[in-house]
Amino acid sequence: MTGFTRRDFNRAAAAAGAATLAAPAIVRAQSKKLKVGVLLPRSGALAFIGQSCQRGADISPVLLREMYGVDVELMNADIESNVDVARSRAEKLVDEGAHVLMGAFDSGPTAAIAQVAEQRKVPLVVNIAAAPQITEQGYKYTFRNFPTAGQLITNGLALTRDLFQATGRAPRSAVFMHVNDTFGTSMAKGIGAILPKLDYLPFKVVDTIAYDRDARDLSVEVAKAKSTNADFILLVSRLNDAILLVRELVKQRWSPQAILSPGSPGMYEAQFYKALGNRYSDYCISNVPWYNPNAAITKRVEAQFNKQFPQEKLMFHALNVGFTFEAMMIAADAFKRAGAADGAQLADALRKTSIAEHMMIGGPIQFDAKGQNAQIASACIQNRDGQPKVVLPASAAQAKPVFPVPGWQERKA
Amino acid sequence: MPIDAVVNIVVSGLLTGLIYGLMALGLSVIYGVVRIVNFAHGELMAVAMYATVFAFAMTGLDPLWMLVPMALAFFGIGYVLQRGLINPFIDRPEHSQFILLLAVALVVVNLLLVAFGPDARSVQVDYALDSYEIGPLLVDKVRLICAAVALVACAILFAIFRYTSFGKAIRACADNLLGAQVVGLNVGHLYALTFGLGTACVGVAGTLLSMLVDVTPGLGPAYTLLAFVIVIIGGLGSMVGALAGGVLIGVSESVAGLLITPSAKSMFSFALLILVLAFRPQGLFRAR
Repeated sequence: MTGFTRRDFNRAAAAAGAATLAAPAIVRAQSKKLKVGVLLPRSGALAFIGQSCQRGADISPVLLREMYGVDVELMNADIESNVDVARSRAEKLVDEGAHVLMGAFDSGPTAAIAQVAEQRKVPLVVNIAAAPQITEQGYKYTFRNFPTAGQLITNGLALTRDLFQATGRAPRSAVFMHVNDTFGTSMAKGIGAILPKLDYLPFKVVDTIAYDRDARDLSVEVAKAKSTNADFILLVSRLNDAILLVRELVKQRWSPQAILSPGSPGMYEAQFYKALGNRYSDYCISNVPWYNPNAAITKRVEAQFNKQFPQEKLMFHALNVGFTFEAMMIAADAFKRAGAADGAQLADALRKTSIAEHMMIGGPIQFDAKGQNAQIASACIQNRDGQPKVVLPASAAQAKPVFPVPGWQERKA
Repeated sequence: MPIDAVVNIVVSGLLTGLIYGLMALGLSVIYGVVRIVNFAHGELMAVAMYATVFAFAMTGLDPLWMLVPMALAFFGIGYVLQRGLINPFIDRPEHSQFILLLAVALVVVNLLLVAFGPDARSVQVDYALDSYEIGPLLVDKVRLICAAVALVACAILFAIFRYTSFGKAIRACADNLLGAQVVGLNVGHLYALTFGLGTACVGVAGTLLSMLVDVTPGLGPAYTLLAFVIVIIGGLGSMVGALAGGVLIGVSESVAGLLITPSAKSMFSFALLILVLAFRPQGLFRAR
């Protein structure tokens, strides 16, 4: 007999199993490198914006090593613009040892990833996603450096008032058109709740038209909007639908006084200018969080961006790259302060985040008890000469706002 | 709602429906003769759309000039596909045929993803944003041209089946397969010709749609589903039914968008499908 009984074997096997299961946690706690699970919609309906955000993640390892002395390893995952895929990719990244999750541009998938983060006790730093419920569930591992739909709308509508004052106009009516995904629906609910209380705005919403995010044709939607004879279009869109909408407006020969977004993507994206050319992309207005071109970090980010993507210009990816880079920066800052990659310790460090110097316009990056940064400001961006330009607030303006905008036929070919 | 807005929307739905009809016609013709349901139908159309986008980017040629070469190329693709891949499955159980064509569809979608990436691509001809003003009616120029071409393509297909000898032979195969074999018709060749004609319809429809819709690899499955809805409503195997079904879906989606809410447009198509399946499962038109 060797003295090694069946019971000894079972005990050894159980110990080996427990050690295997605990291994990721041990490695996580001891790691000297921060592994970030980057979850973005790099294919599917939101592919273009997802790839734009990815650039913000791609430039961050070099910059964060310089800024914080932290080694960052990107673990990229494509969520395919799909909620279920986002959830399974997040699970997989955690299984593969991600210390932090970052993403995911779209509210629906981000809400699903936040559930995984909470269950697996791995922090999620949200780059872009506005649905309020993401930080209203009492989650301890979710941190969002992006305005909620309510904040976006409040900021966006205040800028709308400033726009009317600056141009001396008071339009009486608007038709509200919005995409019907999680983000669009949250924005629609917010606008429905907030707009009637704002007595400083001169216009009334005469009709609300919801449409499918994956719509291939918006002719009916535009015909319906045109029949309201509203002064301007209040638009909550994504990218492809914003392009379709403008094309259809031109075809149906309807020139509203403006197409104005109170805080949605689409009209300042590179693809929007490329698809429509200056003639039809110009003068569209987006009241969105924007970057501070004069900030020292912006200059560093721009230099690295130009180095890695010489064919691109930062201004066409500003919001996507800016917030994605900031999310990576927040994670690296917390990792450095925590001195460990354990989920609970990282989450504690994230809660105490205070970054005064950053890229996007607004106060210092700090999170409230819900994990929300409530100090992000918006700017009024108007497309001019094929570029997004800040027109309000006046202190940061690169051009004067134009409202009402020239009709389609009045513009130079 | 002003009446001119309603008329504009109905006309737009009608024109779009004609293009849908041409697309569904290919599916209906193939099923009517070969008795195989092409589950890769929309995916083949996505290939035609990408081919048009690619050719336009390379040459700058108006897609209308590409219609005949595209129809011939897709006729060839359909012929070879049927002869080489589908023919061995003709006598196998339907689930084998289903799995085969589903596999073809998946391969096509993923090849498109690999080749072109996930970004939406489009063909923007000089007159892409033009429209005709006829009294209170405002008609999208591209949509009108595409609908007219779709009608001509359908007429040519009808003429082929009615007046040419091989068209008559194909109809003979569809009507009485045993009889056709007895009189010595080359059924395998005729099946491949039919598949080629159906695929040529898809090629033409794809070329036309690329002028109206931005193309992504994910578009294929959506159009396969749409083609199914149309042919089931119109009557599987019926050429007139496919065209009428396309127009019905195009108009009903537009009117539903107007009267209910645009985001529920496709719900109306599926409601129509359920009604037809419940009360007239053979479809609105008899297979011929």
